[in-house]
Amino acid sequence: MHIIVLVKQVPETSDVQMDKETGTMIRSSSSSIINPLDLYALEAALTIKDVKGARVSVITMGPAGAIKVLKEAIAMGCDDAVHLTDRAFAGSDTWATSYILAQAIKKLGLPDLILCGERATDGDTAQVGPAIASWLSLPAVTYTSKIEQIEINSIIAERLIEEGYQKVKVALPALMTVVKEIGIVRLPTLKGKKKAMASSIPQWNAHDIEADPSFIGLKGSPTRVVKIETPKVSRNCTLVHVEDEASMSVAMDSLFAFLNDRDFLQKGGKKHA
Amino acid sequence: MHEVWTISETYEGRIKEVSLELLARGRALADTLGVALGTVVIGYKIPKTELNSLIEHGADSVYVADDPKLSSFTCNTYSNVLVQLFAAHKPQIVVSAATTTGRTLMPYVAVKTHAGLTADCTGLAIEENTQNLLQTRPAIGGNILATIKTPDHRPQMATVRPRSTKILAPDSSRTGSIEYIPISEDWFSSEVEVLGMRALEGQQGAIDEADIVVSGGKGLKKKDNFKLIEKLAVALGGEVGASRDAVDRGWEAYPHQVGLSGKTISPRLYMAAGISGAIQHLAGIKTAKCIVAINSDEHANIFDLADFGIVGDLFTVIPEILKRLESRSEA
Repeated sequence: MHIIVLVKQVPETSDVQMDKETGTMIRSSSSSIINPLDLYALEAALTIKDVKGARVSVITMGPAGAIKVLKEAIAMGCDDAVHLTDRAFAGSDTWATSYILAQAIKKLGLPDLILCGERATDGDTAQVGPAIASWLSLPAVTYTSKIEQIEINSIIAERLIEEGYQKVKVALPALMTVVKEIGIVRLPTLKGKKKAMASSIPQWNAHDIEADPSFIGLKGSPTRVVKIETPKVSRNCTLVHVEDEASMSVAMDSLFAFLNDRDFLQKGGKKHA
Repeated sequence: MHEVWTISETYEGRIKEVSLELLARGRALADTLGVALGTVVIGYKIPKTELNSLIEHGADSVYVADDPKLSSFTCNTYSNVLVQLFAAHKPQIVVSAATTTGRTLMPYVAVKTHAGLTADCTGLAIEENTQNLLQTRPAIGGNILATIKTPDHRPQMATVRPRSTKILAPDSSRTGSIEYIPISEDWFSSEVEVLGMRALEGQQGAIDEADIVVSGGKGLKKKDNFKLIEKLAVALGGEVGASRDAVDRGWEAYPHQVGLSGKTISPRLYMAAGISGAIQHLAGIKTAKCIVAINSDEHANIFDLADFGIVGDLFTVIPEILKRLESRSEA
């Protein structure tokens, strides 16, 4: 079985800078980590490898520094990796990004299974996974919380949706995105770290993956960022202190007046449909 | 003139509330543009009363694809339905809910139709001169608000964060058309088969669509104490949420986790007890309408984002709140 996991390097949430001109993120300026939710996709792939045996490949797209996340994935137990890097990729929105990743998957050879994290913690769109499936005309199973059964031609899995857990059977090849509930992420091993250090990771550019220039980068992206604002937090918190019975009583009066003014105290509240 | 469309979702034959929220969004956009508002319903045996309620809540035309094989959402099949409908009607704007369904289906369709798509918007407007759709969304953990447009591709597509819009009051005098789309066997893909559903553990429902969410964190100290949070949620008519700490400790199940690695929610009221307010948690509640926090540490980050804060011991404060709520309901 061949599994491809797609990972993204993201800035630490607390440390982000924006390009005021283009409205896109300046990636090099902040310390970057592997998208925390992608670790669960890696874990899911490596669990399948442990149980059934599989070759696990990892792909990322990003500037030179992105190679770090691929080495990390190999240290965790992945077999090989590809780094997609080209100035022409810069400014790609989810449509263009998913095209680039799909082209790379085609070049690497369509695997049995493609795994992605639910979404990236920076862009937070959750769009790239299903979009890649669309480019490759594969079935997409999103929000996977559990893989129950793996056969040669199919997987039975559960998806975490609003109403509960939906059980599905999907024919392979397929693309799945996973949520945190899929497993507990393993740590890199010493053996893995040695392998990561020794492995040379190929770099592919737009030409290598035969990308249509009109489908990539800012130019190939249907969406345009026109404005970036930093919302001000101005909630003006009313703070009350509870230290004894008297202050408790004052605090409760104040809280209930607050809740009442905002209509939160209708009997039983308003339940969703 | 090209219509504005929304995608309506159903569950067990009923239109979901979030779909009525979308109609309020769509109505405003359609009125600004001076065009009709259409909505697409894909499912099986959707009652006529439910379809009529879409009209009562703002739709001018309802396009229905009704077939046993459409009873549960599967991405490829639903995508095939929409791609065909877009080609036939050429809507200029299509909005869907940022639900697990919308966030799976819309990117799939956007690739097939070469359309721009913006995720999880909290604001939609029409740009004055160009009539382009302006889509505003929080990103990077809610630290920025980005406004995005799609100048050259149609339809302009967006998913909208649930509970970010007020539903229009139903108007039974509104009229509109209901059109059943001829079923095409070409739509159906057998690659994904839905085998069944398993309910979430406990009596609670989904936090993403709840009006009121009461969350607990590390300050609850142990699993048993989480019952306090559940009681408060029930008393307020809300659902139970939890911080990552509480979920990682096994006090509450993952579907209840609020924050960057859990869910981003916009309830009318968010109440946090024993949650200090790590940046990852705050990212999940920035668009809540109102936040009430209970924490023993006066300097906890959660108070920076709260509208009302109680500095005190939650083990005495919550029982007191419950007592007051109880005496109110008896009164």
